[in-house]
Amino acid sequence: MIKAILVFNNSAKPRLVKFFEHYPEEVQQRILRDTYQLVSKRDDNVCNFLEGGSILGDNDCRLIYRHYATLYFIFCVDSSESELGILDLIQVFVETLDKCFENVCELDLIFHADKVHYILQEICFGGMVLETNLNEVVARVDEQSKIEKQEAGISAAPAKAMTALKEMNLPQKIKDIKLPDLNLNLRF
Amino acid sequence: MAMSVTMDQVVKRAKDSFGQMFDKSLHDLVRGIRNHKDNEAKYINEAIDEIKQELKQDNIAVKANAVNKLTYLQMLGYDISWSAFNIIEVMSSNKFTFKRTGYLAASQCFHEGTDVLMLTTNMIRKDLNSSSMYEAATAMNGLSCFINGDLAHDLANDIMILMSSTKPYIRKRAVLLLYKVFLNNPDALKPAFPRLKEKLEDPDPGVQAAAVNVICELARRNPKNYLPLAPIFFRLMTTSTNNWVLIKIIKLFGALTPLEPRLGKKLIEPLTNLIHSTSAMSLLYECINTVIAVLVSISSGLPNHNASIQLCVQKLRILIEDSDQNLKYLGLLAMSKILQTHPKSVQAHNDLIMQCLDDKDESIRLRALDLLSGMVSRKNLMDIVRKLMIHMDKSEGSHYRDELLSKIIEICSQNDYQHITNFEWYISILVELTRLEGTKHGNLIALQVLDVAVRVESIRPFACNQMAILLANAHVFIVGSNTTTVAEVLYAAAWICGEFCSYLKEPQETLQAILNTKVTLFPGHIQSVYYQNILKIVTHLIQSSNNDQAFAKQLISTTIEKMSAFLSSGDVEAQERASVSLHILKTVLKLLEKSDFNINELSVLFEGSLNPVAPKAQRKVAVPNGLDLDAWINEPPSESEDESVVSETHYDNKGLFYGNSENSYSSNSYANEASSYQKTKNYVEPTADELEQQRESRKQSEQMNPFYLKDTKKSKATPKTETPTTATNGNENLQSSLSKGAIPSNLQVSLSDQLYRQAKIDEENRRLKKKSKVDGTSSKKGKKSSKKSDTVAADDNDDDIYPTIKVTRGGELPEGATASGNEDNDDDNNTKVGNKNKKYDPHRALNIDLNEVPKPTPSPPQPKQTSQKPVDVPSPPPPESHEKPKKPKKKTTAEKEAKATNSKTKLKKPERSDYKELVSPIDDEETTAPPPPASSTIPNEKPKKKKTKEKKSTSKTAAAEANQSAPLLFDIMSDEIPSSNQSTQQQNEQDLYKLAAQSDNLTVEYSIVSKTSAAELDVTFLLKNRTTSIIDHISIHVVDSMSSKLLNTTSANRISFPSLSLFPHAQNYLHVFFTINAISFPQKLKTTLSCSVNKSNQIENDTIEFKLNLPCSQYLRRKTLHSDAFADLMNSGTLTSQSNVNISTGKPNFTSIINTICQSYRLTVVDNVNSAASLYAETILGHPVALLIKSTNSPSNISINGKSTEAHFLSNLLEEIQTSFK
Repeated sequence: MIKAILVFNNSAKPRLVKFFEHYPEEVQQRILRDTYQLVSKRDDNVCNFLEGGSILGDNDCRLIYRHYATLYFIFCVDSSESELGILDLIQVFVETLDKCFENVCELDLIFHADKVHYILQEICFGGMVLETNLNEVVARVDEQSKIEKQEAGISAAPAKAMTALKEMNLPQKIKDIKLPDLNLNLRF
Repeated sequence: MAMSVTMDQVVKRAKDSFGQMFDKSLHDLVRGIRNHKDNEAKYINEAIDEIKQELKQDNIAVKANAVNKLTYLQMLGYDISWSAFNIIEVMSSNKFTFKRTGYLAASQCFHEGTDVLMLTTNMIRKDLNSSSMYEAATAMNGLSCFINGDLAHDLANDIMILMSSTKPYIRKRAVLLLYKVFLNNPDALKPAFPRLKEKLEDPDPGVQAAAVNVICELARRNPKNYLPLAPIFFRLMTTSTNNWVLIKIIKLFGALTPLEPRLGKKLIEPLTNLIHSTSAMSLLYECINTVIAVLVSISSGLPNHNASIQLCVQKLRILIEDSDQNLKYLGLLAMSKILQTHPKSVQAHNDLIMQCLDDKDESIRLRALDLLSGMVSRKNLMDIVRKLMIHMDKSEGSHYRDELLSKIIEICSQNDYQHITNFEWYISILVELTRLEGTKHGNLIALQVLDVAVRVESIRPFACNQMAILLANAHVFIVGSNTTTVAEVLYAAAWICGEFCSYLKEPQETLQAILNTKVTLFPGHIQSVYYQNILKIVTHLIQSSNNDQAFAKQLISTTIEKMSAFLSSGDVEAQERASVSLHILKTVLKLLEKSDFNINELSVLFEGSLNPVAPKAQRKVAVPNGLDLDAWINEPPSESEDESVVSETHYDNKGLFYGNSENSYSSNSYANEASSYQKTKNYVEPTADELEQQRESRKQSEQMNPFYLKDTKKSKATPKTETPTTATNGNENLQSSLSKGAIPSNLQVSLSDQLYRQAKIDEENRRLKKKSKVDGTSSKKGKKSSKKSDTVAADDNDDDIYPTIKVTRGGELPEGATASGNEDNDDDNNTKVGNKNKKYDPHRALNIDLNEVPKPTPSPPQPKQTSQKPVDVPSPPPPESHEKPKKPKKKTTAEKEAKATNSKTKLKKPERSDYKELVSPIDDEETTAPPPPASSTIPNEKPKKKKTKEKKSTSKTAAAEANQSAPLLFDIMSDEIPSSNQSTQQQNEQDLYKLAAQSDNLTVEYSIVSKTSAAELDVTFLLKNRTTSIIDHISIHVVDSMSSKLLNTTSANRISFPSLSLFPHAQNYLHVFFTINAISFPQKLKTTLSCSVNKSNQIENDTIEFKLNLPCSQYLRRKTLHSDAFADLMNSGTLTSQSNVNISTGKPNFTSIINTICQSYRLTVVDNVNSAASLYAETILGHPVALLIKSTNSPSNISINGKSTEAHFLSNLLEEIQTSFK
């Protein structure tokens, strides 16, 4: 089982928090901090597995993480998950984000936290792996976006205009996550 | 007024329609937060106020936007549960976009306990059944996060329906969601399981994967219930190409193999193939892991056992050599698993692991270190330690260096120094370690030095002189003593030099060195040891000077002179000790001058050798006859006071001296020295006869004595014990009295005698254990037994290994103590187990699940088998399998109807949640079917099997019942595709494992099968480890009887299973064979099963004695006979013996009675006409046995008419059948 999926940046700012078991908000924040403490002090060239210890309350917890540019993607899993499998799943997740956001960067995650959740929902369900096929996931996400657009229809036009207006003074969106060359020998 | 109202309305309407434009979107909120880095909290609080306003509006779009923002704030740690109702509003929107927003918010902040959830049932049901698959998926996803017991109960049917949706997108989610339903509503598992199982064969790989996922999760918590599914998984494993699925299955097999070694044998080949063929590292790794699990569970008997290990080790080597740190890490991790059982295979890769010590990644280095400690042997220990020392010099970071240091000590000291052949080398290493800069492990080194010196007598001269060198250079330790604890070594050094000063080459110089050190700069406890041992050395010097008065005087006066400086010690205790020592010396000097001094007066202070005493030794002293430890000795009111004193005593004993648990023996020794005089006195007192008087006077004096509490704590405990016998109660003192050996009283002698005897018994136990180990022949065991048990034990079998070095029993005694002192350990263990279990099962819900699961699993094969078989009376299971798919639909629509119209339904309803009902769940529609299972006769085999089982073994636990699937498995596995009727029948016979005996460690069940070829019985013992330790060295001893004899014995009447080890909570089978030469009477064979339980640091022996029941029926074997041949036999007149019984079976159905009898007694039906049947079987000695069973007046009554050549056997058999029906 995957117990939690956390995404935060190099300075511990959460970008996605998904717990598959209930924890009160303050506990969630503590877990975030603890995880950050463990992960952030590790070099990039060391292994991606960590004993999570009692970080989630019981002892069967391992942290499997990847670090992309400014973001850490951390999956807290128990012993029933394959370490390398989860590592690949993180890769699938990030690649999906990359496709859905067209060259994903931290800003995309910041401003579209909800969409990130919807993408994750296509990959992981209730702590269990649901779909690992990148194209399938992307297709489903796109279809749902289409429904969203249809529903928004004309009524959304003014809102969109407003957003566009508001964004005028935003500096050019920076695309700062560079997906590293994927190490595909682990891929399925 | 009216005007303003209309204005408000207009404004509101305008806001409602264009609100979205003016309200903050999520985007705005995020940007706002980013722009208010200085006062983020304030900004967010304002935003929350705005959101609260927005939530009050009617416009659902506004609300959805607000909820979306709340979800974001939740991520930042803000509690948004107050908006639960608004979230539900948004969830109920008709628009997918809003619905999704609502469900997302709910999935982030709702949980089991959210009370508004009860409002959502119908809404969620509607969404689940939505025509849009994305809406349904959204609802399911939300549900997976916040489902609670009620929702799980109410929506289970809807989810079941979704499992047969035409869209895989829905199906796979429904399957996964089912797991959450089970967690929250364990009752649902049983009825849903057949459907879940079907999904393993779903055409869509995604659905299949989901089903595998769910079953793996379930099975992980309770593997044995899922053993029957092994064939399906086995097929999936060989056919599936989805690596995710393969990994899950392979991991599952890893959990199943310990339960069923035969499965492991089957697995090796396909797994090996996968290892060779796969390119996915993750799959490769999991395959290796499972192969290791298989190899661990079957330690021998596998055709290419070694080849498999070699393959694993080779592949792991490739992983470890890989440049990918992850593979390296995992490789080392898996290597450590192999190490536990096959250390030699790993030792071959010593070089590689040493290399990993240089890795830049600390977690890899630590893994490698872990491996190293398991790899050492006597041969390579010195080598490895040398390399570690070199490595330590090179390495940076005091943390890692300390880690290395403690590892070196751990490696060397493990199992009482079993790998050390040269203790001089070890002492030198320890001395060398003290040179490590800034170490925090001074304490550890000191303990080691002390430990070795105390336990290894032969090393004392060397150790003494090494320590003398340390003492001579003590000044180097003073420097930088703030950052390091290495000065602790001086504690050990001073003590060793003092205690064993007779070994010192130049005691006088050592004394000078000690006296010249600025001792007062050291911590108090080190100073204390210094002062105490100065006295010892002085005593020794005087003693060995042959009463040279001049020398003595000179020595003492110089010592006094130097010691005076120590009186200024800042530590209270050290100062006190210095003062005491000084004054003793001064007194001696005075006496010397009067020529009135006798060295013995001084040396008596340190007389006797100090032996390590096991922490629990005193508990093993048998309570003398007539002593009631619970009886009041004094008046009750004084009790509380006494108790506090006693507990204080304990505390003092440990706490006064440099005490931590590890060195308790040394602190004990010190305690002895310090207080032995007082104690001796105390002991003498109670031996006098006028106890009554004494007690009175003592009570008084105690009350009067202001120092009573302070200095006679022990004496108070002792006086409490009044009579001569009760004096033995002064147990606290026993340790000292024993080791001092200077107590004059007879009583003490008898006490220590007792203790000694007890120790002897322990010793004997240990020796026995060792012997059995040696029987085991494996080299590992040989090593273990190399622990010295006693200095006395010269005959110890490992003298050939260590011809010269003796390690005193001090190391052994704690272990021995625990071997016989079960109670204490068991307590410890139980609590440990309890805690562990608690930790292991994280969710309470799953805990419930665990208990509920045992029932459902026997059922999965049920529908399949029964549905293939024509049955005369409709029984519950088949309808279940057929109706199940339709059931939920029908139920939802027809539920009320059914309730109203069918009275039986009503009766059933309340039982639905009942445990019994779970055994064979019946749908509402089925309730019209004839008799409920509890009272009906069920003609098909499975349920009957259960029945006979219940009858046969009333004491069987639920777990045991679940286990019977294990032997069944093999049969299924062997012909790949399950469920032919015949095999089922045979399985049923084998399934009947009966409880034979049970101890705290083991459950023993057995089943008996008669061999078809020879006059032999195959008795299979099913051993279940109930502990969290590994159990091995299992042997079975059966006393032969007149008519039976144990076969394949390894020694007289005994079979040992050296290669078998039972892992924590695992089980395994033992086959033993008996040859039978007479069958007339049932037998009860006295059986003894012995084993060793490898507790965390000791080995404990367990013996279970029980009677192995061989009833007459077990001498039967199945033999089919044609009806003509049967008729011939009956007419031939050879069957001379006859016997009859009438039995009231309590079962209405004749056919089922016959079936039951056939199965339980291995009879075959020759003919079955209406209400009569003829049955036939043969005894294992070839005697024919024929039974004619007739149904008499009432259908539940039968008469059995038996014919055979063996009269006794026949009557015993019939009697047995008769009793079984009672």
